[in-house]
Amino acid sequence: MLKYFIRRLLSMILVVLIVASATFFLMRFLPSGPFSREKALPAAVVKNLEARYHMDQPLWKQYLSYIGNLLHGDLGPSFKYKNRTVNSIIADGFPVSATLGAVAVALAVLIGIPLGIWGALRQNGWQDNFVMFLALLGVSVPNFIMAVLLMLVFALGLHLVPAAGWGSVKQVILPAFTLAGYPIAFIARLVRSSMLEVLRQEYITTARAKGLSERLVIFRHALRNILIPVVTVLGPLIAAVFTGSFVVEKIFAIPGLGRYYVTSINDRDYTTICGVTIFYSALLVFMNFLVDLTYAWLDPRIRYVERKVS
Amino acid sequence: MRKVLSLLLVTALLFGTMAGVRTAAAATIEIRWNNGAEPQTIDPALSTGIPEANTILQVFEGLTRLDKNNNPIPAVAKSWTISADKKTYIFTLRDSFWTNGTPVTAYDFEYAWKRALQPETAAEYAYQLYYVYGGEAFNKSINVDGKYYAQAVDAKGNPLTKKEGDKDVPVPNMSKQIDPSKNVGVKALNAKTLKVYLASPTPYFLSLCAFPTLMPVCKAVVSKNANWTSDDLKSYITNGPFKAVKWSHNEKMEFIKNPTYWDKANVKPDKLTYYMIDDESTALSQYQSGALDASDIVPLAELPGLVKSGDCKIMPYLGTYYYSFNVTKKPFNDVRVRKALTLAINRSAIVNNITRGGELPALAYVPYGIPDATSTTEFRTSGPVTFYKDNDIATAKALLAAAGYPNGKGFPSFTILYNNSSRHKSIAEAIQQMWKTNLGINCTLRNEEWGVYLDDLTNLNYQVARRGWIGDYVDANTFMDMWVTGGGNNDTGWSSKQYDMDIAKAKSTSDPKVRMQYMHDAEKILMTDYPIAPIYYYTHPILLKSKVKGLVLSTLGFVDWKNVTISG
Repeated sequence: MLKYFIRRLLSMILVVLIVASATFFLMRFLPSGPFSREKALPAAVVKNLEARYHMDQPLWKQYLSYIGNLLHGDLGPSFKYKNRTVNSIIADGFPVSATLGAVAVALAVLIGIPLGIWGALRQNGWQDNFVMFLALLGVSVPNFIMAVLLMLVFALGLHLVPAAGWGSVKQVILPAFTLAGYPIAFIARLVRSSMLEVLRQEYITTARAKGLSERLVIFRHALRNILIPVVTVLGPLIAAVFTGSFVVEKIFAIPGLGRYYVTSINDRDYTTICGVTIFYSALLVFMNFLVDLTYAWLDPRIRYVERKVS
Repeated sequence: MRKVLSLLLVTALLFGTMAGVRTAAAATIEIRWNNGAEPQTIDPALSTGIPEANTILQVFEGLTRLDKNNNPIPAVAKSWTISADKKTYIFTLRDSFWTNGTPVTAYDFEYAWKRALQPETAAEYAYQLYYVYGGEAFNKSINVDGKYYAQAVDAKGNPLTKKEGDKDVPVPNMSKQIDPSKNVGVKALNAKTLKVYLASPTPYFLSLCAFPTLMPVCKAVVSKNANWTSDDLKSYITNGPFKAVKWSHNEKMEFIKNPTYWDKANVKPDKLTYYMIDDESTALSQYQSGALDASDIVPLAELPGLVKSGDCKIMPYLGTYYYSFNVTKKPFNDVRVRKALTLAINRSAIVNNITRGGELPALAYVPYGIPDATSTTEFRTSGPVTFYKDNDIATAKALLAAAGYPNGKGFPSFTILYNNSSRHKSIAEAIQQMWKTNLGINCTLRNEEWGVYLDDLTNLNYQVARRGWIGDYVDANTFMDMWVTGGGNNDTGWSSKQYDMDIAKAKSTSDPKVRMQYMHDAEKILMTDYPIAPIYYYTHPILLKSKVKGLVLSTLGFVDWKNVTISG
């Protein structure tokens, strides 16, 4: 088991380093740089800026020092926000995005799973059609439409919640539902199809033959098995949702991390592009690792032991 | 369901009354403004744009401030004298204080300006201090072991560089040391007297003194603490009408009336809250729901309705929207072609049907709102007001025929370049259609991501491109000197010796009349050669509740909340 951990940890570090290197070089191939302005800066000013951010050094040197700092956990200063480091940008933005993401994931699980079960148990009934219709809507309506619709109805129409902003519980509701829209639909569909499959398994028939109540059959015997595909998608989903969404954060004026994935590229804010990408990839590989561990807990047949090669 | 609904209604009502009580109890004036973006810095030397200036100018005060007519008035300087050659300014400072209680001195100004010019500071707007004698040389100098040297030049006078890896590194001229304490023309004679020596007469220098880059900083604090602008604002020592008290990144910034400000009796608002909402529709929603009193950004698609309802005020703005021609490429190397394309645009149609923000069709280059030789005269109306007629199809056709393309026959297809934005797209489509119907020529549109677009402009990798220019200060020079040969913003390949000479002469004369004549002459050259086709003069629409009175919004786009009150 320990060997397994170490191997996974090393491969995770390797993946993050590859992502960091690829991002570092790819972004340098983008036309123009962090000091391109609509009003072109005088050459002397650009020279001073390049010196300040060590961009006057050869690229390989910049790369080595970047990776060196990265290994110390230092993501460097932001090129755009003059007195801020990428570490502080992540430290400020991530808790906000993660709070919102946690609510959204909770909504997705608490609404998506029951909806899927309900649909599966009433297969081809109106309930099933209703669930599938909702899921179709959730998957196909883009979040910027959902955001605006929710804002129009609940904030500007009914005045139940503030239209935008951050800081109060009420301000979490609309963006969280917007973020949860797609995952709810996705999980509902996934749960429905897995449930249908599980219900045809022999052990369910056995359970029913034993005379167990339908409730027990579903919750004790079926549920645990349909959780495996849900957990599989939940890992990457958490990584994606917790790091924020550009659209949702922009529309609801939320000071999260999501905006930086887009704005840093537009601004050619090299260190921020690299920093948020590395952070996201690290979170993603870590979540996948957690998913793998959860499998073992959910399905006793899966065990991480050294395979004996004879 | 009914129970839930009624519960919600009761809660809403309760909240509503509570909010009412809160406003009734408070007689304080609080302004909630959407700044449109998170400031990239709150350090005046590093200021980069309007969101930064709108923050910095509330908490700092320079030698001068701009009044509601954009004229400089005494601020930290209570008076000044100007030498006969218009190059030496002696400022006398009033008694004023930093937020830590220490007096604002001439030494603070000297330190702040040299700090902004120092190469290591890497200030983007350092060039606003190039007017100060030696300022440009210091900013361009090379630091060798803590001493500054000018860059060496070769026999032809070109700056010398050497290869280091894949980079060109400037070579210092070790015999040409630049000592900022001697070679830069700003000096504190004593705590209350600042002497400024300019490189050449600069009539708008007093206005520049109100620009963020020229704000003083507290030498005692800034020289010791590199992190003086850190998030907790504890070391953020300032001297303006307001004091920053809270900064939540990308969310909001809060200011209170500065108790140590010399003119605090005349500061009306008790509190300012800046929001950093960058989505125009969200800003409007917040404004309509009462969470904002004013916003710097407005959804352009909704302008006509918002202007009609009185929520949107159209403010003047010092800027020109234009199309530039790459004069190095056929057929745009022919002035007749450029002029024909310029004349065959129906600007009125564009401002009335597309932009709809009260913009004026531009029939010249320099916009309205800039003084001429005296502060009461207007540059635009002192020379020719227009250089051509709008939508002059007959002349345009004749010019095109003379250039060898009668009715557009044989005119090569070309591309209009613009950066991603629905507004630029609509305008490009309209102009594409106008050129097709009016002149019979075809072009395609190419939209690009911001960085790619800038790159293509700089490398002259385009034929016709959408551009815009917003002034850096209130003087014709900010529009004119960019078109000199090789100018960093002259992305057209155009060059005129006479033009370069006019601009150089305008810079060296101390007679405002002569100077303005050179400016008018230069504009005439530009509007005879048509490297650009002006489209319209910008305006600055903002959302503003009618109860907010006394807002000063400069034509450079800077807000001033000092005199703002709320009535009714």
